[in-house]
Amino acid sequence: MLNRLIQFGKQGTSAIESFGRATLLLWHSVMWGGPGSAGFRDLIKQLYSVGVRSLSIIAVAGFFVGMVLGLQGYTTLVDFGSESALGTLVSLTLLRELGPVVTALLFAGRAGSALTAEIGLMKATEQLSAMEMMGVDPLKRVITPRLWAGIMAMPILALIFSTVGIWGGAYVAVELLGIDDGAYWGNMQASVEFYEDVIKGVIKSVVFGIVVTWIAVYQGYDSIPTSEGIGKATTQTVVISSLAVLGLDFVLTAVMFGGV
Amino acid sequence: MRMRFVELSVGIFMVMGVIALVLMAFRVSGLSMDDAGETYTVKARFENLGGLTERAKVAMAGVTIGRVTKVYLDNEWYSAVVEMEINKSMSTLSTDTSAAILTAGLLGEKYIGLTVGAEEEYLEQGDWIEDTQSALVLEELIGRFLFNKAEEG
Repeated sequence: MLNRLIQFGKQGTSAIESFGRATLLLWHSVMWGGPGSAGFRDLIKQLYSVGVRSLSIIAVAGFFVGMVLGLQGYTTLVDFGSESALGTLVSLTLLRELGPVVTALLFAGRAGSALTAEIGLMKATEQLSAMEMMGVDPLKRVITPRLWAGIMAMPILALIFSTVGIWGGAYVAVELLGIDDGAYWGNMQASVEFYEDVIKGVIKSVVFGIVVTWIAVYQGYDSIPTSEGIGKATTQTVVISSLAVLGLDFVLTAVMFGGV
Repeated sequence: MRMRFVELSVGIFMVMGVIALVLMAFRVSGLSMDDAGETYTVKARFENLGGLTERAKVAMAGVTIGRVTKVYLDNEWYSAVVEMEINKSMSTLSTDTSAAILTAGLLGEKYIGLTVGAEEEYLEQGDWIEDTQSALVLEELIGRFLFNKAEEG
């Protein structure tokens, strides 16, 4: 009984400890300098591996999600004779919720796990300690460009996801279901507000970008430098960041959209 | 060579992001440049709003010319007061313009429909629209109908 209590306390303190380490990591790597502080070339390279290489999965997923929304929304709306509101349904769902959230989940799986594995392997092969020996700060050199690339790439990916999704929905609505083209776009334009919907969606995706990349680089940097440890850290990244995204999404939605 | 490819694709990625944002702004949310133009505010008093909310449309002959900015209850008269912004391009509304709360479609959203009058003078910033017509509340209509039926029978 007492042992169990001790164990529980140990777990609690170690969880708080690692949260503290993660906060220090974020503080030291981001607050020190802007996106270009560790060299512009590094940032470009990271933007390539984090952003450009996630583009195909994001675009394909967005297209299918938009098409499914079109089909499912149609079956419900047609009962009320208001299938012309399909454009509104697809665009608001994508802009406010599915765009930022699904992009963040895919981003955690595609880019977050890769970041963790890469940094974890750097640690295991003692590249990070070698950098320290040479007087190069690994935080600034390795972590900072990756963090900034993730934060910058995420809103762009989410916007592309929503855009592709809306056009996917339009394809299903207009070509397959025979909804009037003008009704689809006209109703959408009448009800979607640029600041209320588009910008708030972008704010969400920026927050998700910060959270997912932060968790990913921390898990890599803090991983146990063995093959097993890296595997565990990679899994942790996907699990923790997915849960964090879904939880934060509720909070952000309640704050930004819940009041009205 | 390799670095050039990386730079090029990151550039394309950034441009795609900007294009997506522009598409969102103009194609999806219907943001247009003259929308943000100058406006003036007029007020109107209604007996019953029947579900009219802030940001509802203000239309004349079916064309949107403004938005409702504020809805509140007047403590003195116990009637609803609606403040609406009307685009400066529609600055020639006569002072006897009438306002009615209408419904888009059978179950659609509420909006304010303006009908122009015949006066020579125009409404200005802060003026009141005197001639108003409240929203049709379905329950009241049904109640009146049943009452009339009962009287007949």
